[in-house]
Amino acid sequence: MGLDGWIWALDGWILVAAVLCAVSCSLLGNFLVLRGTSMLGDAISHAVLPGLAVAFWISGSRSGTGMFVAAAAAAVVTVFLIETLRRSAGVDRGASMGVVFTAMFALGMIMIVQVADHVDLDPNCVLYGSIELTPLDQWEIAGWLIPKAVVTLGVTLLLNGLFVALFYKELLLTTFDSDLADSMGFSSQVIHYGLMTLVAITAVASFESVGSVLVVAMMVVPPASALMMTDRLSGMLAWSAGLAALAAIMGHGSAIVVPSWFGMGSTLTSGMMAVSAGGILIVCGLVGSRRGLITRWVRQRAFAAQVAADDVLGFLFRLEERAKSTVLTTAATTGQEKSESITAQNPATAAQLSTNLGQSLPQCLRVLSGLVRRGEVEPSGAGYCLTSAGRRRAQLLVRSHRLWELYLVEQAQYEIDRIHEKAEAWEHVTDESMRESLDRATSQTALDPHGSQIPPEVERHNQ
Amino acid sequence: MIGPSVAWVATETSEEWLVALWRLLTLADYNSRVVILGTALLGCAAGVVGSFTLLRKRALVGDAISHAMLPGLGIAFLAATLSGGDGRSLPILLTGATISGLIGAAAILGLRSTWRLSEDAAFGIVLSVFFGAGVALLGVIQSLEAGHAAGLEGFIYGKTASLSWTDLMAIISAAAVALLLCAMYFKELALLCFDQAYAESQGYSKWWLDGLLMSLVVGIAITGMQAVGLILVIALLIIPAAAARFWTHRLSRQVLISAGIGMAGCFGGGMASALLPNLPAGAVIILACAILFLFSLMFGSAQGMVWRAIRRWQWQQIMLRQHLLRAVYEQAETKTSGPEIAGDFEVRIDVADLMISRSWSKPLLERLVDDAQREGLVTRIGSQVALSRSGWVQAKRLTHQHRLWEMYLITHADVALQQVDRLADDIEHVLEPSIIHELEQLVQGRTVEVAKSPHQLPEPS
Repeated sequence: MGLDGWIWALDGWILVAAVLCAVSCSLLGNFLVLRGTSMLGDAISHAVLPGLAVAFWISGSRSGTGMFVAAAAAAVVTVFLIETLRRSAGVDRGASMGVVFTAMFALGMIMIVQVADHVDLDPNCVLYGSIELTPLDQWEIAGWLIPKAVVTLGVTLLLNGLFVALFYKELLLTTFDSDLADSMGFSSQVIHYGLMTLVAITAVASFESVGSVLVVAMMVVPPASALMMTDRLSGMLAWSAGLAALAAIMGHGSAIVVPSWFGMGSTLTSGMMAVSAGGILIVCGLVGSRRGLITRWVRQRAFAAQVAADDVLGFLFRLEERAKSTVLTTAATTGQEKSESITAQNPATAAQLSTNLGQSLPQCLRVLSGLVRRGEVEPSGAGYCLTSAGRRRAQLLVRSHRLWELYLVEQAQYEIDRIHEKAEAWEHVTDESMRESLDRATSQTALDPHGSQIPPEVERHNQ
Repeated sequence: MIGPSVAWVATETSEEWLVALWRLLTLADYNSRVVILGTALLGCAAGVVGSFTLLRKRALVGDAISHAMLPGLGIAFLAATLSGGDGRSLPILLTGATISGLIGAAAILGLRSTWRLSEDAAFGIVLSVFFGAGVALLGVIQSLEAGHAAGLEGFIYGKTASLSWTDLMAIISAAAVALLLCAMYFKELALLCFDQAYAESQGYSKWWLDGLLMSLVVGIAITGMQAVGLILVIALLIIPAAAARFWTHRLSRQVLISAGIGMAGCFGGGMASALLPNLPAGAVIILACAILFLFSLMFGSAQGMVWRAIRRWQWQQIMLRQHLLRAVYEQAETKTSGPEIAGDFEVRIDVADLMISRSWSKPLLERLVDDAQREGLVTRIGSQVALSRSGWVQAKRLTHQHRLWEMYLITHADVALQQVDRLADDIEHVLEPSIIHELEQLVQGRTVEVAKSPHQLPEPS
């Protein structure tokens, strides 16, 4: 196995062309995916055929800038037709794409048959270059022999990068809130058509040099993978560009390597690049930091563990409270004045915790050992009690719980017997600022609806 | 679909041409009979299935799924060849393609539900990744044994012009099954398309219904792809359904119209490609469907652009006339003063005075006055106009509405005085009596005949 057939002069240039194409397609693809027009690349790849027919009819050859210009023009016409059908006639976006691209393709087919009786009509040959051939067609620039495709794709990438960088704010706004964008004075229409025109040009530039499969894949798959990693547009742009480049590199490598595992010769690079992009999508879909399935599962497990620990701490805190109040009552009756210094340690055994919290005994022991490790609970005799750090955390938790109960009764008019469950659920996700808001929103009494003391906020410098 | 045109008969004279036409129309030739019947049936079934996918906002699902069949073809071919069988045996290839189409459909649904990706992103992903895998597999096959694989690609691009009897049989059975399933589950599919949440609350599983719809698409695509080609199948799944939307809003009619358009497009396209030289049948059929789509877009009875333009024009005329009446009324108001205005509709107004009250051109104003006179709303005496009794009633009502709205904007919406006139211009035409009553209560606390203008001076604009 291996990259025995690797030749830098060829494979190096193929890689450069593929990476350039992948990155420039994926940059714009982010906006296509976010705007719900992911299939535009596919639509354009079919719809440029009439443009090619016209160019062929005029120039009589199958190469040259005429082809490029005509194809780009046809692509722009396609984009405008799709938009017009959607806006003026109210045709569903997907349907308007479907109608336009199939009709354009058919038209192109008929035109080609008319202009040239026997052009190779397989559209894969007429309009789609092959990435394997990129190193063969070279231009001399400043003494360097550089493949034509690398030059065009480089220019395309530059153009797209500039567009995204210069109009980042506009693109962001028009993508997520076109009405707001309109009301702020820059027209979402202008940006939209600008973007679509650029998509058309990028698609055509890429078809010509690397083929259509790659374009369609790179416009959708890396941006979708990036969505698994982040929710921010800037992050999405960066991720999609990186993943697209990775897919291109992996694709070219695997086109050489994978078939050799089965004892076969190398296969088409562009197809393998699309497959690699798909593989990357699956990986991101599993471990992506935002929507990855495994990530989500781990996060859920961590949260469940936090809730279990919170429950133990809260229970221990309430035990202490109860003991303290007994001591205080005794102290009051015996006339002692040392209420400040009273500490009322009241250890609970694991079995006790387990029955009261509805956790199984092993689970409870696991939670306790975790808490001991973090220094929030310490063993005391046969049971466990809070350390001062644990007491602080538990105090905040109980404060959150009781503030919520108070809020639900006072502000949301809940029945007193329904508030406990809600507060139990929300206490785990309530932070200091929210507690403050709750405190402000409720009458600042010291007692919750059940008559228990609401513990104070822990002073920061105590921690 | 790139193949030659349907059995084109070389015709020299117009008589021969007529004979050819007659033979074609009566489907006398075996070949054209098979092609036209086959495609028309396929168009009918695709039109029905396409109606549902369109309403489910999945018009392009056929595009994605039919591309997703390619790797199945490649794998089936490879598996059959490597195990010593005939790689090009149709049942094996079809099985492979169907399985990978179904996997593609499942992937679309999975991407949607597991990662909340939008429909179009899921289509794009499945289309490009599966098709990429197919391209890579074909590459392997070609490097494996060049001669053998030839024709596999042609499988994707179809051969409309040379449909065989077996193809026709396949199309007939597939179309029958698809139509039968659509008829049997019409109610369920309709619910899925219009109100998925309600369908689920009624106990229908979304997965089962979506799966059914996807399987129908796979069925149509697999039958159509090898018979007429990928693009034609995609077109037949989308264009007739999109065209039918212009004719009706009722699903049952939409399905029937879509089926009809699909059939008509295939029939007409097939005919045209047989009668005219050098036209690829598949492409002509798509164009025929596209022409029917354009016709529907223009003249469709429910949403056709022409009717919509006419309705818009009529509405504009009504608005213009209402502006004229109000302008005359307000001029008359400035000429008389105070309470005696009630009933004093015979005040004559110079047309020249009206000219400055709005930004209308002289010819437009003249035309409006003439039209209004024809309707009996104003009478024209030389260069002057006066409202008739019915015109007076209307004008009074309109002015009242206009001013009420202005007052409302000023008092309740904090709109500046300079802007209210223009805003009220847009809304005064569509105020209903109940809203007027509410506005009267809100703005004035009582009902008056004509509200006072909020502009201190009589409106000059």
